Amino acid sequence: MNAFFWGLATFLLINASACVWRAFAGPTAVDRILATNVIGTKALLVLVLLGLAFERSLLLDVALVYGLLNFGITIAATRFLETGRLTGGWQQ
Amino acid sequence: MSGWIVSALTIALATLGGMFFLAGTLGLLRLPDFYSRAHAATKCDTVGAGSILLGLAIYVAPHPEALKIVVLLVLVLLSSPTAGHALARAAHGTGLAPWTAAQGERE
Repeated sequence: MNAFFWGLATFLLINASACVWRAFAGPTAVDRILATNVIGTKALLVLVLLGLAFERSLLLDVALVYGLLNFGITIAATRFLETGRLTGGWQQ
Repeated sequence: MSGWIVSALTIALATLGGMFFLAGTLGLLRLPDFYSRAHAATKCDTVGAGSILLGLAIYVAPHPEALKIVVLLVLVLLSSPTAGHALARAAHGTGLAPWTAAQGERE
């Protein structure tokens, strides 16, 4: 079962590194924020899988805090967009 | 439950979640504008993460760590659609125009 966890974590990491391209080259700021959010969700799952593979329950707590921070970052960046302190690239 | 049923259930659920993640990544990379990308990415992320975490929770079930994984599952199910909705609302509120077929391939 450990080999399956490692394989799934590798697959998710490959997916996340494909999403990095959208975060790098996304035409608008919301694309970048969305890609960062997606990468964060995948990193959370990788943390859970590593916690099960290494049998360290500490990594599950790290994943919980990571998920909360990921949500907070997305909401904060969204508020910056709505209040106009961050320009998205489409409004002049 | 006997061991191999739990393992088979975990592998089936996690493989399903991995396929959803692959679809979400392809949608994020290939679709033409932000709204369709948000549609693909947030939906597939929610279902994929939920499926994988459910499978892992079944795998560690008698152990109290399963409760922690279920808490993570509820967190992902609550936060991922909320973040996607907030992003789409911010983009629409500040005037990002949706892609239409008349504009053709814009990318």
